[in-house]
Formats: sequence, structure tokens, C-alpha cells
Amino acid sequence: MFLYFLKKLGVILPTFFGVTLVAFVFIRCLPGDPVLLMAGEHGMSEERHAQLMAVYGFDKPILVQYGYYLKQLAHGDFGTSIITRQPVLNEFKTLFPATVELSLCAMIIAVFFGLPAGMIAATRRGSFFDHTVMTGALAGYSMPIFWWGLLLIIFFSGILGWTPVSGRISLLFYFEPVTGFMLIDSLLSGQEGAFTSAVSHLILPAIVLATIPLAVIARQTRSAMLEVLSEDYVRTARAKGLGPQRVIGLHALRNALIPVITVIGLQVGVLFAGAILTETIFSWPGIGKWMVDSIFRRDYSAVQGGLLLIAAIVMFVNLAVDLLYGLINPQIRHTD
Amino acid sequence: MKKAKNLIAAFCGATLLLASMNAWAAPKTLMFCSEGSPEGFNPAFYTAGTTFDASRPIFNRLAEFVRGSTEVVPALAEKWDTSADGTEYTFYLRKGVKFHSNKLFTPTRDFNADDVIFSFMRQFDKEHPFHKVGGASYEYFNSMSMQELLKDIVKVDDYTVKFILTRPEAPLIANLAMDFASIFSAEYADKMMKAGTPEKIDFEPIGTGPFQRVAYQKDAVIRYKANPDYWEGKAPIDNLIFAITPDASVRYQKLKAGECHVMPYPNPADLDAMKKDANINLLQKEGLNVGYLAYNSKIAPFDNPKVRKALNMAINKQAIIDAVFQGAGKVAKNPIPPTIWSYNDAVVDDPYDPAAAKKALIAEGVTNLQMKIWAMPVQRPYNPNARRMAELLQSDFAQVGVKVEIVSYEWGEYLKRSTDVNRDGAILMGWTGDNGDPDNFLAVLLGCDGVGNANRAQWCHQPFEKLIQQAKVVADPAERTKLYEEAQVIFKEQAPWATIAHSVVFQPVRKEVVDFRIDPFGLNLFYGVDLK
Repeated sequence: MFLYFLKKLGVILPTFFGVTLVAFVFIRCLPGDPVLLMAGEHGMSEERHAQLMAVYGFDKPILVQYGYYLKQLAHGDFGTSIITRQPVLNEFKTLFPATVELSLCAMIIAVFFGLPAGMIAATRRGSFFDHTVMTGALAGYSMPIFWWGLLLIIFFSGILGWTPVSGRISLLFYFEPVTGFMLIDSLLSGQEGAFTSAVSHLILPAIVLATIPLAVIARQTRSAMLEVLSEDYVRTARAKGLGPQRVIGLHALRNALIPVITVIGLQVGVLFAGAILTETIFSWPGIGKWMVDSIFRRDYSAVQGGLLLIAAIVMFVNLAVDLLYGLINPQIRHTD
Repeated sequence: MKKAKNLIAAFCGATLLLASMNAWAAPKTLMFCSEGSPEGFNPAFYTAGTTFDASRPIFNRLAEFVRGSTEVVPALAEKWDTSADGTEYTFYLRKGVKFHSNKLFTPTRDFNADDVIFSFMRQFDKEHPFHKVGGASYEYFNSMSMQELLKDIVKVDDYTVKFILTRPEAPLIANLAMDFASIFSAEYADKMMKAGTPEKIDFEPIGTGPFQRVAYQKDAVIRYKANPDYWEGKAPIDNLIFAITPDASVRYQKLKAGECHVMPYPNPADLDAMKKDANINLLQKEGLNVGYLAYNSKIAPFDNPKVRKALNMAINKQAIIDAVFQGAGKVAKNPIPPTIWSYNDAVVDDPYDPAAAKKALIAEGVTNLQMKIWAMPVQRPYNPNARRMAELLQSDFAQVGVKVEIVSYEWGEYLKRSTDVNRDGAILMGWTGDNGDPDNFLAVLLGCDGVGNANRAQWCHQPFEKLIQQAKVVADPAERTKLYEEAQVIFKEQAPWATIAHSVVFQPVRKEVVDFRIDPFGLNLFYGVDLK
């Protein structure tokens, strides 16, 4: 198992290095530069432009800039935002818990509803339930997140008044963040109603963010289950007289879970991508919105640092998924 | 029995009294759904209105704009006088003004001349110990030419400061009312420098303003509390909260739900519903801006004023106001908006007359003209949909035989290429005033110094230049007005731009908000605002 882990880690390190290069080159390939964007309609003389490019070190050859960047990274320094003038890592650390909290809740919703929906649809293939789940999944997968979010806000917050419109908690509550996770911090604050407020603020964004992963998980579970249910060993189990719950729960589900876990792992990337829009609609202070703002402002350090940190997280989640395969099916770690 | 009744009555009375006292004592909290996070809290570093909104409650300046107007009045300076040659301004500072305190700093003295010197010398003197703290980029200080304008700033005594200029500059006082000229505490700066954390003065701001910053969480919230010792008196509200809400539709939903009291930048499509909403007051005011099409006057045939004028006659501006601004705009005839003093209303706009335009073009030997129109990729108050505007211009110009190709670039690239003196094509652009002075429009956008930079028409016309340079150094407002009015007449004759529109700014506020005024500079100011 340890060797298997080392092998996987061996793949991750060059990927991480590749990401540093992509992140560095990608933002510099975009037209326009941050200094000109700062000046806006006022414009800027060529001398002033050159002076500011030198201040930020953008006047140096790109290889020199990249070398300097790698050196910084080696010291654990992700750079300083040229807009907010704050260390990128500090900004990331402040915003990241909000994204994790939202993504985690979205993932729980997606798995909690997606897995059983897919399983039941597979066992009742061709039924009304199956058609409903598959149509719902298709609709969920094709739903433009921005539109879906606004629709839910207008209906549940605007018309019914059941949920708050946006944010992480009612702003009438005020306490210093301890963990950055609002559900935990609101509990720790001891303020009456704070936790309920945090939960009510989380409901709509989590549903919106969960929509696509839920659809994907439900479809994947259904097709994996259908495949497994037609296998000989399932037929044998049934012939042995095992009950349907035992056949599905023990024999079929365990084998069907492998591709489902792969998909769940891949959904982490999808969640980060979805968070960009969800966070913007629901004024959720997470890294998705921060990254988009940084790209628009050509905040090189923030984009590079943010991309790298997000890529690292996605890679490690996928590593964890790979290790989980090994645990579920020992054959994988022997053959891989 | 009677005794019992009396007791019950007394109990009810006391309860009611307590309840009313409680209501009276409840802090008033105003929620503002702002459109984004500030870039920081030192307004000298930045140029965005969102950032100024967040720093304006914290700081004061020597002179300030009256809320909701472009009029400049004394603030931290009680008064000032100017030397006969206009190169020395002496400011007499207000006494007894207190700075805020925070967990890092408690002031031991009141505001004085040292704070003024510190706030300006940090930006002006490249050797100042704080000059490079925070990145050494003072964009407004530079773009308002303060670097060239200032010779020195001298402390005469603790409450008198003298600004010595390299040349007379009539708009100086208006410049000093801008956000970059906010006054910081020199004592706080000294303390942070000694502690080895000089950058704290920009992130944990201390000012003399009506509100003190309590907390900030990026992309979520900024909290302020009213400064009880504010020199103009405590604000009517106790707490001010900026709920950062980037999406305009969501801001509107929050306003409707009572989750905020004031919101900026409504969607034009929501305006009708806002007008009908019984809980919302939809305020409106003409914006301090102009949207225009700048020809490149260095390139033929646009170097010929008659050709430019002919093209201007081909533009149906009212159709643009209706389609692009959806009625929330006004046709522009001058390069400055009507809300700025010296606006020349006597100027007659070029009539919309395609037949006359075609004839004039033929008279100038211009036939089968092909040109480019550049459409901005971003929305601005002075141009909410540049692509649509370009399409309408394309159709107007087609009627007079001019074929238009619409081009666009990413915003940074657009800004860069737009300043090129050899730029191919006319460009859609615009401007929102910084200080309410006509110089801020006419000299910046049309002066000879701006060629290759903010003067996107690349237009340098000596009779016009002479007038605006003269207006810069004349102190008498009446004389300045006359010079600017004359300059507008020349501008109209020469037509370096097709002036298109001045937008109307809409701002919805909840009915319980009292005395919120739309700021002509597009900011959101809360000192003086109350809640019912």
C-alpha cells in the first residue's frame, strides 16, 4: 500500500510543477496588463507605465520572472497581490473555509440524494421513478447555474420569504472568526440564533452547487449498478436465495461504487468551477469569486497562487480517491 | 380590587415605558448592499469608486464636497488663502479634531499640521520612509499632476500649513477634496513604523471621519460604527454595514426583503418594478459624466473638422438614448455635463440630418469612406452597452454612405491601444468627473498634454488649448467660467468628438431611509443619513 502511495505521489509532483508553469504562463498570455487596468480611462504616460512595471518586476524577462516565482514558492511564499497588497496565502486562507464549507455541504447533498436515486432507478429500470430520476438528472446537468440560482432566490427568498437572499449569516450577528467555517463559528459564538441563521444561509447555495454533481452521481450510479446487476456473481447470489437487499447492498453496490467514487472525486474540480458562479450569485466570500476578480484585474500573483493551491487540492483529493480504490478493491493496488 | 387595578395599570405603564425606551435606545444600523470588495482602505493607492465608498466614512480631507453636490467647502482646514501670484496656498487647520483608535493605537494628540504633511509627503517625496510602503503607486496623485504641481509643503505652525506650487492652479482646492488627499495620522504611522509593521496604517485605517472601521471580511462585509467624537457631530445612525453583494439582481432582492437599505447600480430592467414598489424610493440624478465617440484627428479624413462635423450630423443620438440607455440618459452636446459649472447651454448641437451630412461629406471629397468604430468590452455608466451603441452608429453612418467595421478588444488592451496616436478608427469612450471642475474634463480629455494618453481624439488645437491653460491659472470663478464657455464653442466647431450622452443615475433606497443623496461623483455617502 505504501509503495502504491509513493507511486501515486511520484505522478503528482511533476504535475504540480507543470501547474506552476501553466499558471504562470496562462495569466501572462491574456491581453492587457495590470498596470494599465489600474489607470483605467485616465490613461498613463509611457514613463509612468514603465516605472510601475519595474516596481512590480514585470519588466524583467519572463524566464527571470518565472525563476523568481519558483524561488518564492520554494520558500512557501505565494507572492503578494498587486491589488490588495496582501499576501496571497493569507487571502486564500481567509476565503478557503467558505468554499470548503459550501462545497462539502453541496457534496453531502449530492451523494445523499444521488446515490440512492441512482440505485433505485437501476433496480426499477424502466419504471416511472427511473424515468423521473433520469429526466431530472438531465435537467440538473444542463441547468445554467446562474439562472438556477436566481430562480431559487426569487422563489424561496423573494416570493415565499423562507430563506435569506445571500451571504453566510445575518449581518446583525457579529463575532470574530475562529475556524472560518461559519457553522462552527456560529456555534462557538454562543449567540442565540446565529447557528440557525448560518444554516438557513447555506441551504440555497448548497442546493445550487449540488445540482450538477447530484445529476452526475445519480446517472453514474444507475449505469454502474445496471452493469453489475447483470454480472454472473449477482445472478449466483440470487440463485443462492439471498434477499434483494443483501444482493444489492453487499454484492452489487460494493462493485458499482468504484466508478461512482471516481466520479465523486472528479466532482471536486466541478465544485470549484461551480463555486465561481454560485459564490457570485449568493455573495458567498469564497475563492471562486476571488479567482475571477483576480483574473479580471490581471492580479498575476493572486491568479498564480490561487490556481496552484486549487490544483494542489484537486490533485490530493484525487490521490485520496485512488487510495480509496485500493481499500475497496485490493486487486487494484496489485495490478496498478 | 381598585388597588389591584392600579397595580396592573402601573405595571402596563412601566412595561410600555420600558419598551419605548428600549426602542429609543436600540442602535440604528444602516445596511448598504455594496457592489464589491474595496481593493484596500488607503484611497491614495486606488482609483475605483468601490474603494472610495469604503474609505470615505473613515477619512476627512482639508476641503470636502458638500454631500450630493460638487460644491467644495472647508473641512479639516477651516479656511485658506492664496498668494497674489496664485502659487502659495495657506491652510488654517481645524482645532480639536480627534483621530479614531483601534487595538493597535490610541492617539495622544489631536489632528495637526504634522498629519497633513505626512499624508501628502508620503505621496510626493520619493525618499519619504512611507513612500514605498504598500507598493509606491499613487495613481490619482500622479494623474492629477500633483507631482509636477507641488514644490513643497511647509509647516508654518501646528495649525497652519502652506502648499507651495510650481505654477498657479485654480482647481487645486477641488483636487484636495478628492479621496487621494485623505488625511492620515502621522502619530499612528510613527508607531507602526517603530513596531516594524508600517503597512498596518493602510490595512487597519485610522482617520478622523464620521465612522470608524470595526471589521472587514473580504467579499463579505465591512462594519463601521459612528465616531462619537466626530468634529461635525455624531452621525444619526450608530452602525453602518456594507453587505458586499456583487450581483445587481440579488442586491434588488435583498433590498426588497429588507436585508439592505440602500443599493447602488440597479439593473435598468428592474427600474420599472422599483418605481412601483411601495417600500422603495427610486432616487435619480443626472450623472457627472459624458459618453463620446472620439475620432483620431491625426488621421485623414478625420483630420478635417468638416468631415467630423458631417459625421456628427449623421448620428441619431435620441435613438441611442432610447435603445442603449433605455431612457436613462440625456443627449450630450458639450464635452462637460450640465451639472458642472461653466456648462455652455447656448451651444447648439449638430442637428440629426443624414441628407445634409451626406452632402457635406461629398463636398469635402469623401466618398466610399470605410472606417472602424471601437466598442468597449465593459459597461460603464456613460455607456451601458457599447456594442449596441456601435451597431446603431454603424447603421447611422451607412445611411450617409460610410461603411463601418466594429472592433473590440479585451479592456486592458483596449485602453492601451486607444491611446495610440496612430490608432485606426473612432473610439467609444467616456469619462466620469473626479472633482467637479471643468478642467478635469477639458484639460484631461482634450488638452495637448493628453495626446497619446487620455486625449483619445489626439486633438491639439491651439485656440482651445490657450483658453483652458488660461482658465487653469485664473482665480476668479466668473472669469474662468467665461473661458470655459468659449472653449466649448471652439470644441463644437472643431468636433474632435461626437458627444453622445450623459447618463442618469438611479439609486433605490428603502422608504425608511432619510436624506440619502445621490453623489454626483458616483459615491455612496452615509454621514447625515438617518433611518425612520
